[in-house]
Amino acid sequence: MSDLTAEPSSTGVEPLREVLIVCRAFGLAGDRKWPPNVNPQGYQQGGSGGTRGRERVPWVTQTCPGLSGGAVGGVRRPASCVVVEWLVTIPPMTQRTLRGEAAIVGVADAASPTGELELTGRALEVAMIREALDDAGLTIADVDGLCVGGPSPAGLAEYLGIHPRFLDGTMVGGSSYEIHLEHAAAAIAAGLCEVVVSVYASTPRSDRKRPGSGRRPQMSGPNPMADWELPYGNALMGSYALSASRHMARYGTTPEQLAQIAVSTREWACMNPRARYRDPITVDDVLSSPMQASPLHLLDCCLVTDGAGAMVVTSAERARDLAKEPAYLLGAGTATDHQMISQMPDLATTPGTVSGPAAFAMAGVGPSDVDVLMGYDSFTITALLHLEDLGFCGKGEGGPFAMEGNLGPGGSLPMNTNGGGLSYTHPGQYGMFLLVEAVRQLRGECGDRQVADASIAVAHGSGGVLSVMATSVLGTEATL
Amino acid sequence: MTADQGAARRRFEPEVTEHTQPFWDATRDRRLVIQWCPGCNAPVWYPRETCPGCLGSEYEWRESTGSGTVDAVTVMHRPGSPGMAEMVPYTVAMIELAEGVRMMSNVVGCEPYEVAPGMAVRLTWETLSDGRNLPLFEPARP
Ligand SMILES: [Zn+2]
Repeated sequence: MSDLTAEPSSTGVEPLREVLIVCRAFGLAGDRKWPPNVNPQGYQQGGSGGTRGRERVPWVTQTCPGLSGGAVGGVRRPASCVVVEWLVTIPPMTQRTLRGEAAIVGVADAASPTGELELTGRALEVAMIREALDDAGLTIADVDGLCVGGPSPAGLAEYLGIHPRFLDGTMVGGSSYEIHLEHAAAAIAAGLCEVVVSVYASTPRSDRKRPGSGRRPQMSGPNPMADWELPYGNALMGSYALSASRHMARYGTTPEQLAQIAVSTREWACMNPRARYRDPITVDDVLSSPMQASPLHLLDCCLVTDGAGAMVVTSAERARDLAKEPAYLLGAGTATDHQMISQMPDLATTPGTVSGPAAFAMAGVGPSDVDVLMGYDSFTITALLHLEDLGFCGKGEGGPFAMEGNLGPGGSLPMNTNGGGLSYTHPGQYGMFLLVEAVRQLRGECGDRQVADASIAVAHGSGGVLSVMATSVLGTEATL
Repeated sequence: MTADQGAARRRFEPEVTEHTQPFWDATRDRRLVIQWCPGCNAPVWYPRETCPGCLGSEYEWRESTGSGTVDAVTVMHRPGSPGMAEMVPYTVAMIELAEGVRMMSNVVGCEPYEVAPGMAVRLTWETLSDGRNLPLFEPARP
């Protein structure tokens, strides 16, 4: 057993912290550089990609001269340095595109100002499916593809009495529904099926009153989170708080700036009759709400409510003949770089830096083209990270961007117009609600909170603890 | 029973698996050992059967000096597990070890809000109910 500290080669180069070690430079279709705040100069390029788990991931590290590699979660990086950015090359969109192949043609969601719903389980799922099919002008007999997060989509198919030829049980947390959409569109484009339904229902709030529920299964067996996080008393909230801590330390982001995201989101919720909370709040209200896990206060955190939703996806060709104006999938992207927070390569940078540019590249549009952003807001910091990592502002500029009032009604980037997970509803996996609201905005169905002439909307889901990002770019017929 | 044994019982205590046994055995001597892949010449954190850099299964254990820096920290005002209810507020921090590993831990030995990113820390230990020690960190005061 030897002493590890002797290992990194010491070349007399000053160990650096808080420096740009590895830069993103996305090679997109049309040779556009992404995001705009790339600054790779000053460091020479090292390695040429790497493996993580069994997957080859398309990144290239740029190492500080003279410092040897270390590893966090399989990501090689220089010792004594902090990974600020790394370089990702997105394949050209010509290789694999779903642009305009499929559309969301029916949506439904359920939420209540009380935070509780009467139905639960399969009954709630079926109610959502029926409502979404009605919205599309289709029937259950039309459905030949089924997505439901969890171990057995076949169980729901049996319950519905259908015999689908496409099943997807992807459950990676809140972004599962953006992934269902991506998979459904791919399956439809490949001719595997024609009409896909994705459904979600969860009733954690009313479950507390139901006999036999409320107890969570105990984890057993080898489990990295049990081994390396739980002994330290970390919890979901703590994971996001660690990300916020790193972001504040590196970029000077303030609690007030995080709070502003909750305030702007509440402004939208005030215009949604079904939102859980509809009273305006101030930055001071957020900052004086009880601290949960510093720097996150109670009002920085999403709700715990019942909620459910469903969507119907079909081919662009079939979509044109249906009841409502289709919301076409223009671009989609998925990315992950960790499961538990202690393995996140950089606590202040999410894999949205991969999924977002991939989705935009496929769509052939950029952040400045987006009329409505539905950005998963499990916590205020979650939404802030999306703003930066998808390129709506520069890296580190999310706080000032929020503070300028860009995100609320009348702002330059209407975000979470339904009131979000912070004020509308959050049953645990919120991604379905992002899509439902995005579709309704594109159709012009949002009443008081309607964004004028919305033609491009982005739904960006986050699953796990900033672990799995999935971006859907949606557009009206005019954007095809 | 020492005071820190009493405190330790309030924590979730992970089970020892075949692969984590060397790690936990070393903690009985208050040594923090880190899995090392000779092929990649790189540490592997957390310990696992195969190296995430090369998928190789050759590895050795190397001892850490235990000096590190706080990368990020949160002060938990609500306990992460029911047993830790009496410990709030406590810190959960990501610690950058000098060896290039970033691990979760608690920073103890000071007021929770004194802990900040960039703070230099050193290894300390808390004894678990079965005699293993859990690596914690404290401010590295000269
Ligand atoms: Zn290796």
